[in-house]
Amino acid sequence: MSTTTTLVPFEDALTRYEPVMGLEVHVELNTATKMFCGCATTFGAEPNTQVCPVCLGLPGALPVVNEKAVESAIRIGLALNCEIADWCRFARKNYFYPDMPKNFQTSQYDEPIAYNGWTEVEVDGEVFRIEIERAHMEEDTGKSLHVGGSTGRIHGASHSLLDYNRAGIPLIEIVTKPIEVPGDKAPSVARAYVNHLRDLMLALGVSDARMDQGSLRADVNLSLRPVGTTTFGTRSETKNVNSFRSVERAVRYEVSRHAGILDAGGSVVQETRHFHESDGSTSAGREKSDAEDYRYFPEPDLAPVAPSREWVEELRATLPEPPAERRKRLQSEWGFSDLDMRDTVGAGALDLVAATIEAGTSPAAAKKWWLGELARRSNEQGVDIAELPITPQQVAQIQSLIDAGRINDKLARSVFDGVLAGEGSAEEVVAARGLEVVSDDGALSAAVDQAIADNPDVAEKIRGGKVQAAGALIGAVMKQMRGQADAARVRELILEKLS
Amino acid sequence: MSSSAISRDDVAHLASLARIDLSDDELDRLGAELPAILEHVKVVQQVAGDDVPPMSHPIPVANVFRADVPRPGLTPQEALAGAPESEEQRFLVPQILGEE
Ligand SMILES: [Zn+2]
Repeated sequence: MSTTTTLVPFEDALTRYEPVMGLEVHVELNTATKMFCGCATTFGAEPNTQVCPVCLGLPGALPVVNEKAVESAIRIGLALNCEIADWCRFARKNYFYPDMPKNFQTSQYDEPIAYNGWTEVEVDGEVFRIEIERAHMEEDTGKSLHVGGSTGRIHGASHSLLDYNRAGIPLIEIVTKPIEVPGDKAPSVARAYVNHLRDLMLALGVSDARMDQGSLRADVNLSLRPVGTTTFGTRSETKNVNSFRSVERAVRYEVSRHAGILDAGGSVVQETRHFHESDGSTSAGREKSDAEDYRYFPEPDLAPVAPSREWVEELRATLPEPPAERRKRLQSEWGFSDLDMRDTVGAGALDLVAATIEAGTSPAAAKKWWLGELARRSNEQGVDIAELPITPQQVAQIQSLIDAGRINDKLARSVFDGVLAGEGSAEEVVAARGLEVVSDDGALSAAVDQAIADNPDVAEKIRGGKVQAAGALIGAVMKQMRGQADAARVRELILEKLS
Repeated sequence: MSSSAISRDDVAHLASLARIDLSDDELDRLGAELPAILEHVKVVQQVAGDDVPPMSHPIPVANVFRADVPRPGLTPQEALAGAPESEEQRFLVPQILGEE
């Protein structure tokens, strides 16, 4: 990019400007078939094996709406406290781009299936209400592979290769109204909102909601206005931000960048921007122009969708417990303090802790591993905690080995290493790495004898009644046995031998 | 909207959106023809009274749904059969311009 912008430190920017955000989240539904045709939707299938005349846009092909996708759209709308349209249509969004073989995307325009909703997110114990503008149905695009340029980017590519397996998979686009929260909270509110939507989608069972696989994608719109004013500034739209952490970083970066432009007396260009995971920056994409003239018109090949009020009420009855109520219930069931709960939610670990407890681990132990060992690792690796390659069931297995006295907390850390490295189940890692605690008296006794022989002066002190000196011998035994000795049993043996 | 709402510039704009290359002569001709076509449609619109709602579908049906059950589609060979070029079981398209 040719233009360089001075970045104003985030906190400094907030002394002069207030951010206003808008979030657009795309949720890929987990239906068995596509939105308008019977093609399968399996993730990771060989290219162009899940395609048909409808999703390839071949002449004469006629689309038919997937009922399950409409049902999911209505349930999402209801979970976001939206009104559900009693009659709405699909529309064609016309554009030429090879990711859409039809040369239009079937979407909804001025008649979304769900509109005027709200939801609540919690940040640092404070609840923020997010107003929902709309949630509408549309279809995903194909995937392009750019060949000949550097690192698969479109820039400098000689040609592109298209796989249409994803083209036509049902998407729900959820759009907020402008979010005006205190500037210092804006990045974490944005992150908490996207995280909240994921929890909601998982609770509804309508999507895998995996940001790393693109089944949940966020666009972050942001503008600044001088403190104390009410007119919105010009916004930028940062596309396809692919992790919760990146949502937060994108907001911070855009606040700094906009402030730099405004401070210098410049004006922000309304454009789409690309987010870069590597350094948390954004760069200019398309400028909004004529190309955005999509010439929407009602889709003539699809009949309108008119969900009966009976159907809507039937679906309302299937909604899961609202997240805020669930948090309250779990907190009291687990005996967590407000702070415990805030930390758990803040780390994005609520569902992970809940599933671990469900798998038989005590609330305290589940919290200890997820908020300690595993939160630390996710921070170090810069990934969301839910993306660590370990399941709540695996964490529960490790804790059950501790409860059975087969490993201790220290050894458990090595078991976590092994499980995270894909070496198998907790049991398999313990066996392969030889991590089991030794409480067999034969082996321990020999090690204790060795330690006594190596440290005659310490042994003499213990014989003389200085029991606290036993610590030095326990340490020697532990060192000999690489931390795998049952420390309590070692202590007993030492005292037996030297009394 | 006035009847001559379509200017020569509008026609050029529409042509570029539709990726149609029009010569100056064609722009002149269509600049005159399109308003005439709209004028004609307007006559039809006058017939429809306030009691006739606009429609986008010729038959008054709604909720035409399909069960969420997979059906076999095309094989990759069939899908790619009509493609001018393909590579790695994917459709090959020329360099995409106008991005980044
Ligand atoms: Zn298909």
